[in-house]
Amino acid sequence: MQPNSRFLAQEFEYLEPGTVDEALALLDRYRGASPRILAGGTDLIIRMKTGALRPEQIVSVGKIPELQYIAPDNGLRIGAVTPLSRLERSPEVKGGYSALYEAVRSMAAPAVRNMGTIGGNLCNASPAADTGPPLIAFGATCTLSSLRSSRVVRVEDFFVGPGRTLLAPGEMLTEVQLPPLPACSGSSFLKIGRVSADIAKINLAVYLEREGETCSLCRIALGAVAEKPIRATNAENLLFGLRPDSGVLKELARMAGKEVRPITDVRSTAEYRVDVCQVMVEEAIRAAWARSGGGPIR
Amino acid sequence: MTEREIEITLNGRRRKFRAKPNELLINVLRDRFSLTGAKYGCGLGECGACTVLVEGKPVLSCLTLAVSMDGHDIRTIEGLGDEKLDPLQESFLEHGAVQCGFCTPGMIMTARSLLDGNPSPSEEEIREYLRGNLCRCTGYQGIIQAVKHCNEKNRAGGGAA
Repeated sequence: MQPNSRFLAQEFEYLEPGTVDEALALLDRYRGASPRILAGGTDLIIRMKTGALRPEQIVSVGKIPELQYIAPDNGLRIGAVTPLSRLERSPEVKGGYSALYEAVRSMAAPAVRNMGTIGGNLCNASPAADTGPPLIAFGATCTLSSLRSSRVVRVEDFFVGPGRTLLAPGEMLTEVQLPPLPACSGSSFLKIGRVSADIAKINLAVYLEREGETCSLCRIALGAVAEKPIRATNAENLLFGLRPDSGVLKELARMAGKEVRPITDVRSTAEYRVDVCQVMVEEAIRAAWARSGGGPIR
Repeated sequence: MTEREIEITLNGRRRKFRAKPNELLINVLRDRFSLTGAKYGCGLGECGACTVLVEGKPVLSCLTLAVSMDGHDIRTIEGLGDEKLDPLQESFLEHGAVQCGFCTPGMIMTARSLLDGNPSPSEEEIREYLRGNLCRCTGYQGIIQAVKHCNEKNRAGGGAA
């Protein structure tokens, strides 16, 4: 039958583990089949309604409290099933990781943020995932756990392609780790969409560290301009050891425009994305520089 | 698919029901409990017409599996107010915030949760919070005024918010 969004036509086995160990045991048991984790459902249920995904088992993790936390711990550790609205309300996130706070605020609407989780946003792996660029810019890592082992990977490496991640059968994302940030650092997140509740045409995050008058570290991560969120490493290197000025920023923005590889889709054209990401990169660097305590950029 | 036995608190009453895993909360509310306030608008999480409150927080019932609601507290538009209308409902009537009424239950449930946490929101805060609830009729102005003045009116009238 035709895909229909009024009800869910697909049939599946519904499993509701109460602990991480139970969840991992289920994923291991069904590793040869097609299980999907259900967290907030704001992506999974839609993809099932349209027929894009047809899991045979749904492992619902909403009733695992040990996966919902925001814990200061030499930086910040965030449980994978932590709702986005909880990140939004967290003083540690808002005060310490501005780009992540701004990204979460930009997502959809309050109801979606009450349901959606940080782990879900990462594992759904849309190239436009809004938590992608800030986590990558901060150098965040994440833990992928299975019944027998666990490994920590960079969020930057976690995204593989549209809807594809490093998760192997039997693995689930359990935690995101944000490193501690030095005092003279700043970050910024920008997103452009058709309306405020929309998926991004372009999103990006900048994180930089300042030493006196010069930039000692710069990371620029962009989403919706490639098959996954990417770093503009050539552009980043242009700022290293320099005092930012308009000339350098123009150069840097132009370089970033060469590093993106966008497609034309329903939300935007490749040309628009190449042009506008440059403007956004410059704006984000100016904001991050100001937040790091840097003087005006002439 | 095996049916599961689910227990919820629905508009203040404990209710039990059986549901298949693929049943959506919106359809259980509308078809099983005849609570047709929550509306099917888009089915894809973009319009907010299906908004209900779970533990007082807005949630989209069109993307929620009913079986995941075991043990939860759900409130629909029918659960606002008792013999009298909720002050927010009164405010909607006074400010012409209802035309066809299709978006209204979702709007009110979302705005109700905003006011519960922030009794005097600014216009910007209201627009921000309601951005996931779409209205095709009113142009939003009446809705925003209704939310903005809901508690002002009550304070002016000397009653509790």
